[in-house]
Amino acid sequence: MGNRVPARPTLAALFGGFVSIGMMSFGGGLAAWMRREVVQRRGWMDDPQFLSGYALSQLVPGATNVNLAVFIGAQLRGWSGAIAAFAGLTTLPVTIVLVVGFIYFRLQGMPSGSWFSSVLAGMGAVAIGLNLGTGIRLARRNITQVSQIAIAAAVAISVGVLGFSLVHALLVMVPLSLLAAWLSGPR
Amino acid sequence: MIAILIQLAALFGLLSILAFGGGAGVIPDMQRAAVEHYHWMTGREFLDLFAISRAAPGPGSLIVVLIGQKAAGLAGAAVSFVAMFVPSCLLAYVVAQFWHRAGGTQWRKLLERALAPIAIGMTFASGLSLMRGTEHGWLAYTITLASTAAFAFTGINPVLLLAGGGVAVLLAGG
Repeated sequence: MGNRVPARPTLAALFGGFVSIGMMSFGGGLAAWMRREVVQRRGWMDDPQFLSGYALSQLVPGATNVNLAVFIGAQLRGWSGAIAAFAGLTTLPVTIVLVVGFIYFRLQGMPSGSWFSSVLAGMGAVAIGLNLGTGIRLARRNITQVSQIAIAAAVAISVGVLGFSLVHALLVMVPLSLLAAWLSGPR
Repeated sequence: MIAILIQLAALFGLLSILAFGGGAGVIPDMQRAAVEHYHWMTGREFLDLFAISRAAPGPGSLIVVLIGQKAAGLAGAAVSFVAMFVPSCLLAYVVAQFWHRAGGTQWRKLLERALAPIAIGMTFASGLSLMRGTEHGWLAYTITLASTAAFAFTGINPVLLLAGGGVAVLLAGG
C-alpha cells in the first residue's frame, strides 16, 4: 500500500512506450513486455494495478493485449491516452505483418517457402515459452498465499489443459477468488 | 470487391465483440469462415498466416490483417483491422473509465487482489492451450521448455530466444 506511483506520462511518451512494446513482443510474450515497460522500467503503474487491468482486459471481448493497451492508456491519460497507446502498439506491427504477408504470398509454392515456415514454427515455440516464463515471474512476485496458488493453478489447468472455455472458468473462479481475498483481509 | 469488404467487416466486427478471453478464442471461427464458408484460402494457407501473425511482433489478432489482405488486398486488410479492433477497444475504454473512477476505494483494492491470481493462471493457460492447439513435437517442446526457463530465471533478451528458436527448427530440418 502507499506505493502508488503518480508518474503521469505525456502522450508522446505513452505512444513511444507502446511502440517499443509492440515491436519487442512476439506471439504470447506481449503482456510480459507490457509489464516490463509499464511497471518495471517506467513506473507508470504498480503490479496490482497492472494485473487487475490484465484480468479486466480478458473479461472484455477482443484481443487481450490491445484491450490492455487501451486500458493503460485510458488510466494514465484518458481517451487521448487510449488512442496513443493503441496507435503505438499497432502501427508498426501492422506494417510488418503486411510486408511479411506480401512476401509469403510471393514465395508460395517456391522451395524457399518451406524454410520460411520452419523459422515461423521455431519462433512460435519460443513465444509459448515466453508466455509460460512470464507466468512464473509474475507468480514469484505476486503470489503469497496458498489460496492464491490454488486459484491460479485451477484457472491454468481448467482452461489450458482441460479445455474449459475461459468465460465458464472465470464465472466460477472470480467469485471464489473474491471470497478468498475478502477472507484474508487487507495485507 | 465491395461485397468481400462487407463480408470482412461483418465477420470481424461480430468476432470482435464475441472474442471473450482474447483473440485466440475466435481463431477457429475465422478459420471456418475464411476457408470453408467464403473460400478465401486453403486450410494450409490459413495455418501459415496464423504462424506469421504469431511470430511477427504485435498482437496475434493481426491475423485478421493477413486474412483481409488475402481476400481483398490492402483495402481488405484495412477494413478487417478496423472491424476487429474498434468495437472491442471501445468496450475496453468504457471499462477503464469505470475502473478509474473507483480510485482507491476498498472494493477496487479487493478486486485487484482477487484478480491477480486469476490473471497469473490465465497467463499459464494461454501458453498451455497454444501448445495443445499446434502440432507440438519433441523439438518444439524442448524449445518451449528451454525458453520458459531462460525467460523466467535469466535476464536474456527475448528477441535472442526467438531468433534461436527459429534457427534451431531450421537446422533440424523441421
